[in-house]
Amino acid sequence: MPNRASVFAERSRIVILIFVGVFFIFWIRLFYLQILDSTYKTDAENNAFRKKTQYAGRGLIYDRTGELLVYNEAVYDLMIIPIQAANTDWQHLAELIEIDEAGAIQRYKKARAYSRYAPSIFEKQLSKETYGRLQEHLYMFPGFYVHSRTLRRYPHAVAAHVLGDVGEISEDELGKLEPLGYKSGDYIGKSGLEKFYENELKGQKGVKMIMVDVLNREKGSYKDGAFDSAAVAGENLYTSLHLALQTYAERLMKGRRGSVVAIEPETGEILALVSAPGYDPNLLVGRKRSQNYQVLLNDTVKPLFDRALMAFYPPGSIFKIPQALIALQEGVIKPGTGFVCDRSLVGCHNHPNPLSVPEGIKMSCNPYFYQVFKRILLQGKSDSRFVDSRLGLDAWCEYMSRFGFGQKLDIDLPNVKTGFIPNSAFYDRIYGHNQWAFSTIYSLSIGQGEVGLIPLQMANLAATIANRGHYITPHIVKAIGKARRVPERDTIRHETGIDAAFFETAIRGMYGAVHEENGTARRARIPHIAVCGKTGTSENPHGKDHAVFIAFAPMDDPQIAISVFIENSGFGGTWAAPLGSLLIEKYLTDTITRPELERLLDDALKPVVAKPKPVAPERPRRDSLLTPMPQLRPQLGTKPAFQPQQQTAPQLPTPSPIPAN
Amino acid sequence: MNETRNLWRNIDIPLVLAYLVLVIMGWCNIYSAVFDPEIGPTFTFDTRYGRQLIYIGFAVLIAFFVLYTNLKIWTQFAYFYYILCILLLIAVLIVGTEISGAKAWIKIGPLSIQPAEFAKFATCLAFAKYASRPDLNMRLVRNQISASLWFLLPVGLILLEPDAGSALVFTAFIIVLYREGMSGNVLITGVVAITLFILALLMNQYILMGLVAAACCLLVFFNSKTFKNIAMAVGIFLTCCVFIRGVDYAFNRLSSHQKSRINVLLGIDSDLKGAGYNVNQSKIAIGSGGFGGKGFLDGTQTKFNFVPEQSTDFIFCTIGEEWGWAGSTVLLGLFLFVLIRIILLAEKQKNDFGRIYGYGLACILFIHIFVNIGMTIGLLPVIGIPLPFFSYGGSSLWTFTLLLFVFIKMDAQRHASV
Repeated sequence: MPNRASVFAERSRIVILIFVGVFFIFWIRLFYLQILDSTYKTDAENNAFRKKTQYAGRGLIYDRTGELLVYNEAVYDLMIIPIQAANTDWQHLAELIEIDEAGAIQRYKKARAYSRYAPSIFEKQLSKETYGRLQEHLYMFPGFYVHSRTLRRYPHAVAAHVLGDVGEISEDELGKLEPLGYKSGDYIGKSGLEKFYENELKGQKGVKMIMVDVLNREKGSYKDGAFDSAAVAGENLYTSLHLALQTYAERLMKGRRGSVVAIEPETGEILALVSAPGYDPNLLVGRKRSQNYQVLLNDTVKPLFDRALMAFYPPGSIFKIPQALIALQEGVIKPGTGFVCDRSLVGCHNHPNPLSVPEGIKMSCNPYFYQVFKRILLQGKSDSRFVDSRLGLDAWCEYMSRFGFGQKLDIDLPNVKTGFIPNSAFYDRIYGHNQWAFSTIYSLSIGQGEVGLIPLQMANLAATIANRGHYITPHIVKAIGKARRVPERDTIRHETGIDAAFFETAIRGMYGAVHEENGTARRARIPHIAVCGKTGTSENPHGKDHAVFIAFAPMDDPQIAISVFIENSGFGGTWAAPLGSLLIEKYLTDTITRPELERLLDDALKPVVAKPKPVAPERPRRDSLLTPMPQLRPQLGTKPAFQPQQQTAPQLPTPSPIPAN
Repeated sequence: MNETRNLWRNIDIPLVLAYLVLVIMGWCNIYSAVFDPEIGPTFTFDTRYGRQLIYIGFAVLIAFFVLYTNLKIWTQFAYFYYILCILLLIAVLIVGTEISGAKAWIKIGPLSIQPAEFAKFATCLAFAKYASRPDLNMRLVRNQISASLWFLLPVGLILLEPDAGSALVFTAFIIVLYREGMSGNVLITGVVAITLFILALLMNQYILMGLVAAACCLLVFFNSKTFKNIAMAVGIFLTCCVFIRGVDYAFNRLSSHQKSRINVLLGIDSDLKGAGYNVNQSKIAIGSGGFGGKGFLDGTQTKFNFVPEQSTDFIFCTIGEEWGWAGSTVLLGLFLFVLIRIILLAEKQKNDFGRIYGYGLACILFIHIFVNIGMTIGLLPVIGIPLPFFSYGGSSLWTFTLLLFVFIKMDAQRHASV
């Protein structure tokens, strides 16, 4: 029998060939996987690293005296990784974070349905206290960890409209801002400075590369943090707001509706910006934000509506000052021009005949300014009084726009409105080409009718007068960041093109209004301080008139220019003037020498606070038949969703006796 | 003393060295797979690398024991060990502990042993002893079948556990049978059957049948067109058609996890979080290694349990990730060296027992390496069998050590008897 070993010995080569063949295939396959195909390398990174976002603290906001207005408070999002959290003692956990057990289990199920391995937010924004309590027990809850975020805090609870609020980025915003690095769940400025200075405030998110295992357990930082980037805190904003003044203004406006705007004339810096009723900015923070927001939104007095920047009001008698200035500049009157107080032209109150521009302003004589406006419009440049009125109005509009009326004042806040100055094109649309003349639109002379200003523009008027002819773009932020960068807009100077001498004439009138007999703003007088002021009454077709007061002080070295607007409070001299004078005194002397005035204002609140009577349907007026509302609205820009009715459309001239003050 | 000196002179040093290198490399990779960068380098016997070190210690003891005792305790009692293993395989079905769906483990105190592992060794011994009987003509199909019964019995018992992976290992003996005289057609038939199986799952049955018909026509065309050849071609075609139809039937009778593993492998299904998860993670780990790897202990995938069964069945990922293509090449080369060395030494054996045993050893190792690495690089379905000398686990390490050193001892005695 032949040796079996030798018979099939050659088969050993085939067996070896099989081995070599298989190994060769493996070797090539490995070459493909490891060298040729790069997809697995990127997959590996996604697998084992978790890029953990380090949220940056937003920049802080200070007032002009260095007081902190907005700071950040750490809060903690409790995160859950469902796969690791299966054996949680839900009752215990729910107790610790103050939710109910069923809710906790439901959240767990929801998170698990989303992903068993990826972290989800279990509970948002735990307070420091809750976190402190939870932290001691966190070791008992595998699968839970805490992610720190920051929320805004407002130590003084003032200036809510100016400071604005911060909230989670919405779907719409995300659609626009995703290229800029915003991610779902980020916080973003929603209104006010927070929105306007979002880029400066937001800072830079950091990334921490953390190695995680397959169960998402963190295993330390990758390569000792070589690829980490630290979060960079946002830049601080140094605002021009004066905390004490702002606080005092809010206190005085409490229970009233309206606004206060105070500006430092020389610099255009806004010292106070109040819209009343306001709200505590701390309400729009954190977990209760959306709930509180709904409450505020549905409030009938519209606390979210920033009246100072968005509400259109007829300026009333304060408009007489620019009228006088324009007429003087046009040369149609002289400082010494007098007119008889002829109440057959337009209603007025009892006072001597004004013999000069200052007297006209001081006594706020309506027929006087009827004549002044008439001279502006009808300068005899054309034989037709229609054409003459058109030419006059166009020139007048040009002047008004230089005061910033009907223009957007480039303040560093979102949603500022332009106000409305009617021009010839506007009247053409209402009455037809050359179908209107001075006699049609004379109520503009005393700041009634179609004209609308926002309170900021009224304060800016006071600042312009204080500056004797120019204003600096009003602004809130004086400097940004460590380098105290000054925004460009803060130094832009706007000229009215009216001689400073004419301003002195007007200022004499404003001084007289406060300090002299027959002055309409005598309630604004402050001993030892030369206050220049002008009251006004803004007609309100829906209810009691609104009161206006603008002023600046001291006369020769103006430190503060102010506008006070109080809705439905009647004559301007009664409440707006004393309120403004208290604010001026507060700012200039930091004392209140007239507490009785304060008391008076407080006592007056009761009737004011009473809900305004339900708005009666507008009675058709004699000459309102030509002004259907829908026709007018398009000229007035976008109407905010919760704009009070009185800002809707300019009213038509009212023939009835007009209260002048 | 003399004998000892002879032993060390006659022993095949390259094989022993290769064994040591593989075991040490294996341990390092288990260390790396279990290593937790947060905890840092610590050592306790509670960890897998700690326990593996103990297993290695015992394995070295086993090696010495085999080398210093008489070979006859293995050869003489081959049938006894075989019967013992069969009894254990029956016992495991009754008293075994079920781990991930298979009753494959017997727990004795702190130790759990896997009878299927030792059955590999015992079957190899018994098969070699039976097939090397001088009165047995292995060229006869009858004797090939009777020899096959020696490994088919344990296969049947292991499939009852069920542990398809371990059962698959015993197909190694088909290669041994081939060496001993079985027709090469059996191997070809096997390869054709597997190919048809895969194609039947991937493509339309009738198109596949058409292709088979075309292949049969070519077969006739290139051979002499005798009636016998034509009849055979028709026969092959019909068999293939029945087989293709049968695949569908058989496939539907597989358990669902086996089905999904095959689906994932064939790319029919890419359920990356389910059945495809292991393979995908494994490929990511290996693929991310690049040419030179990420370096010892610097793998990111093979830490943190992204690849499941990291230290056991998927240990190759660690090499792929941390040592790259270069490291993988070295390991493949080392294994291939061991396999070829064993085959060459087997051919040199004076007696049939030694040769058959050597082939059995080489083929068992080969099947393990083939299935294990093939699985990790996504060429074969996920079948849980260990990588020889590498994977964590006492039973498999001891079995491979025993298998290898009995052969080394045999080979050493060949010299001694000269």
